[in-house]
Amino acid sequence: MKARVHVMLKTGVLDPQGEAVRHALGALGFDGVEGVRQGKVIELDLAEGTSKETVEQMCEKLLANTVIERFDIEIG
Amino acid sequence: MHAAVITFPGSNCDRDLAVAFENAGAKVTRVWHKDTRLPDGIDIVGIPGGFSFGDYLRCGAIAANSPICRSVVDFANKGGYALGICNGFQVLTETGLLPGALMRNAGLKFICKPVGLTVETTDSPYTEGYTQGQEISVPVAHHDGNYTADQDVIDRLNGDARVAFRYVDNPNGSDEAIAGILSANKRVLGMMPHPERCVDEAHGGTDGTALFRSLVDQLVTA
Repeated sequence: MKARVHVMLKTGVLDPQGEAVRHALGALGFDGVEGVRQGKVIELDLAEGTSKETVEQMCEKLLANTVIERFDIEIG
Repeated sequence: MHAAVITFPGSNCDRDLAVAFENAGAKVTRVWHKDTRLPDGIDIVGIPGGFSFGDYLRCGAIAANSPICRSVVDFANKGGYALGICNGFQVLTETGLLPGALMRNAGLKFICKPVGLTVETTDSPYTEGYTQGQEISVPVAHHDGNYTADQDVIDRLNGDARVAFRYVDNPNGSDEAIAGILSANKRVLGMMPHPERCVDEAHGGTDGTALFRSLVDQLVTA
């Protein structure tokens, strides 16, 4: 089974990299990009039957820094 | 005073940190990240700068979960002293021993230059050798030194005199120009600037010397 973890900065935490991407898009002539947030996608190959709770623990302990980041888990 | 200095794959300031401790009069034992326990009888553990595990995932995240760091957390929770510099500061925040997080510099550039710091408190074994408000010059060399914490944490750090150093000219966008913070018991210090890189005239400055000297003075092995 596979799980996909999306890690994003929490709302309200400034994302300097996202801002740089927004500026670069503007410089390329793409108007109207009002905000860019950059995050990570982590794909996990897991033994069958691994619970979502286990993946949540992986996120809390390592994959995300919950001081500044939030995560979403997609199973399958 | 007996210090342990940890080396992770990708550490590059471990030797400099060991030399800074030794020059101040400490005995130093070098420790490898796979070691599961710190040497007996140490007074302080030093977590050096560098790029542990290539900064993969997040700076300091993998190191913070290495075998040796479990004993660093135990050691600090029992009242042991820990000094984390640069990547070491990032490791300490990732272990939860210090609050907040170090994010990408606001200007997105790697910054490598001497910066001015003000000493914000002298009420710690690390800063006792300075004077309150003293301005010192210490090199920084980092890409992710933008200290970020929620307002409650910042208020607590300010209220309990746990901000050790602030930047004179904030180079990286840190909240309230914070360059280094202390744990509640003042025994754990994390800072982005490198005091171990200014302890010898040949370094171009010696403003870091007082930090190591006052530590050695205070942590005389019983």
